[in-house]
Amino acid sequence: MEGCMAFDKELNLEATELRLGLPGIKESEKQPSSTIKSNKRAFPNMDEKSCGSKDSSKASHAQKCNQEIASPSKAQVVGWPPVRSYRKNCFQAKTMEAEAAGVYLKVSMDGAPYLRKIDLKIYKGYPELLKALEDMFKFSMGEYSESEGYNNGSEFVPTYEDKDGDWMLVGDVPWDMFISSCKRLRIMKGSEARGLGCAV
Amino acid sequence: MRKDRTGISQDDDRSPPADLRGAESSNKTRNCCGVGSVSGSTGPISMEFQAPCPDQVLENVLENVLQFLSSRRDRNAASLVCKSWWRVEALTRSDLYIGNCYSVSPRRAMSRFSRVQSVSIKGRPRFADFNLMPIDWGAHFTPWVTAMASAYPWLEKVYLKRMSVTDDDLALLAESFPSFKELVIVCCDGFSTSGLAIVASDCRQLKVLDLIESEVTDDDVDWIACFPESGATCLESLIFDCVECSINFDALESLVVRSPSLKKLRLNCNVSIGQLCRLIVRAPQLTHLGTGSYSSPDDAVPGEHASDLQSALSACKSLVCLSGFKEMLPDYLPAIYPVCANLTSLNFSYANIHSDQIISVIFHCHNLQVLWVLDSIRDEGLQAVASTCKDLRELRVFPLDARGDNEGPVSDVGLQAISEGCRKLRSILYFCQHMTNAAVIAMSRNCPDLEVFRLCIIALHSPDHVTGKPMDEAFGYIGKYGKLLRTLSVAFAGDSDMGLKYVLEGCPRLQKLEIRDSPFGDAALHSGLHHYYNMRFLWMSSCRLSPKGCQEIVRALPRLVVEVIKHDVAVCPDDTVDILYMYRSLEGPRDDAPKVVTILQ
Repeated sequence: MEGCMAFDKELNLEATELRLGLPGIKESEKQPSSTIKSNKRAFPNMDEKSCGSKDSSKASHAQKCNQEIASPSKAQVVGWPPVRSYRKNCFQAKTMEAEAAGVYLKVSMDGAPYLRKIDLKIYKGYPELLKALEDMFKFSMGEYSESEGYNNGSEFVPTYEDKDGDWMLVGDVPWDMFISSCKRLRIMKGSEARGLGCAV
Repeated sequence: MRKDRTGISQDDDRSPPADLRGAESSNKTRNCCGVGSVSGSTGPISMEFQAPCPDQVLENVLENVLQFLSSRRDRNAASLVCKSWWRVEALTRSDLYIGNCYSVSPRRAMSRFSRVQSVSIKGRPRFADFNLMPIDWGAHFTPWVTAMASAYPWLEKVYLKRMSVTDDDLALLAESFPSFKELVIVCCDGFSTSGLAIVASDCRQLKVLDLIESEVTDDDVDWIACFPESGATCLESLIFDCVECSINFDALESLVVRSPSLKKLRLNCNVSIGQLCRLIVRAPQLTHLGTGSYSSPDDAVPGEHASDLQSALSACKSLVCLSGFKEMLPDYLPAIYPVCANLTSLNFSYANIHSDQIISVIFHCHNLQVLWVLDSIRDEGLQAVASTCKDLRELRVFPLDARGDNEGPVSDVGLQAISEGCRKLRSILYFCQHMTNAAVIAMSRNCPDLEVFRLCIIALHSPDHVTGKPMDEAFGYIGKYGKLLRTLSVAFAGDSDMGLKYVLEGCPRLQKLEIRDSPFGDAALHSGLHHYYNMRFLWMSSCRLSPKGCQEIVRALPRLVVEVIKHDVAVCPDDTVDILYMYRSLEGPRDDAPKVVTILQ
């Protein structure tokens, strides 16, 4: 995964990339390995002879990647490490190391075949989170406004279930309150989401 | 595939060849037994007035003998002797084990085995636990419970693993089986506390309700209070440590008091130490205890319940299995020392404590056979395990920090120590940052009884950190020494097709093989053709398979169901295979597959 990403960086594809997203997101906040797509290894048809040389270049790519992308990218490889999320969540407040383990939450999208899990702790705010969700499930959600929620023909809308079991629109509460009360995320069809949170 | 039968040992899931040939007819039984020389000239009418033919006598005798056979492998072997034995074995089999719910249909299983009292069904492969499979991939309990409701009215036990179970399924179960006694649900999902409430209230003969590592939706239903309120219950086992909802403690305590046969009790983390004490005092006959949170947030003085807990635990003379410790307070650790000597099973995998604290417990556990622990035990701790727990059969070492950012508290040193000290090891799951070929080789050499081997090197693509070589050699040794190996999980490993070839050619007992993100291609896949009918399943995701390579498998092995699953519903390049999941089946392609699944034909 990391090898693949560094390879792309070398080709400088980012400069020509079209991106969907909320305005004001910094370039460096891209989460490359959070999509399932990253699982596809960039292996062209290789014959075995070239295996050796590819491996060494892979190793140096991996190293380069580790310097450029913070450790959270490891955690975002789908299903890796193979530890069930109740186990990952168990130690969040109580690890002996300074950095707590993450907050792993389920994310589902209406109509999508795969459930995803993300670590909320690696996002610093709503823009990053929403961008990651858009990348992960390949959709766009339009602009957020307090009065109208996600408006203008966006087919899907991000919602979450809080500690009280209520479904809320993502973005309605301050970020810190959100990450401490969010139990799971669901990207809902826009039509169903009317009536949630502020949108009346 | 005939030649496999002689070389392969008793594979518990293999159907006898008779099934593969199609429907049988009862006329043929006469030829099979070789008793007497019935030529078939006697017409049906005159049969009624004759003494039972020798075949029938033999069958009666057989029935009386075969009913004592309990091992399903023995039964499978007996059923292959001849048609008569096949039929009698089917009549006397009371435990039905379905290792893959799609290998056979409910109808076919129930028409062969008509007198079943206990059913075990497994669905999804293990990698489904890590989101590698679409949500609605399948493995539904509904068709099974619906068919059983009419076929097995005397059903007593159901065991489900990695199936999707609904509340309606549970309601149908509670309603259809008046003698129902045992429900064990492992790694399943799809049901809620409402379903549990129905089981608790309607299954009046219930002895066992075990919910293990399953996702149970909290419907706010007080299911514990739904057990019959008066009179003694039959409960022997109540396991609900995975049910993340609050518990009506008074109802639970009352239930424990009314359950004199209760031997196994595993609480969820909403039970505090004070409450735990109260329960244990009521049930000193417990053999298996899950301690819940093992925490006491309201302690005025840290550890104020410690002596109560210690004396309560000491009174449990039969305790052999301890688990829980979900929010463990080290102040309460010494309370378990008195029971350690008798323990055969200890699950410390949620106990976030220092290595030396874990070691202080391990030193008392001479009889341990099963140990689950966090990697905070460190290599030193594993060395302590190796020197103390000579009887160890199963070891699981889980990562404390799942992101794997640390240097790795356990390594090849710990694995090597275990291989040298715990020679009876049968099953291992080991998470680490780095590994060496030498340690893996030592494990396969020193532990000849190894059946389940799961090694997880969290740092992706990490080579042997001593020699710098890739970890491929390990595959060669697994192939050479892993003669009993039944299950193998591989991820981000191997350098070429050779790794997979070694395993497929060298492990004749291999039944379950799951591989992800490893560079194995079509040639490696084809090297297993001689073996795939003997396997329960093969999973390969993000490897280097092509649709053409997979199609050739279909052509060569028509009784395999070959599923190709896409990562994305959107079109992806058709020259790669994201996920291959294939398994033998008598039924051909299933009809409940979601859109992302293509079944090759």
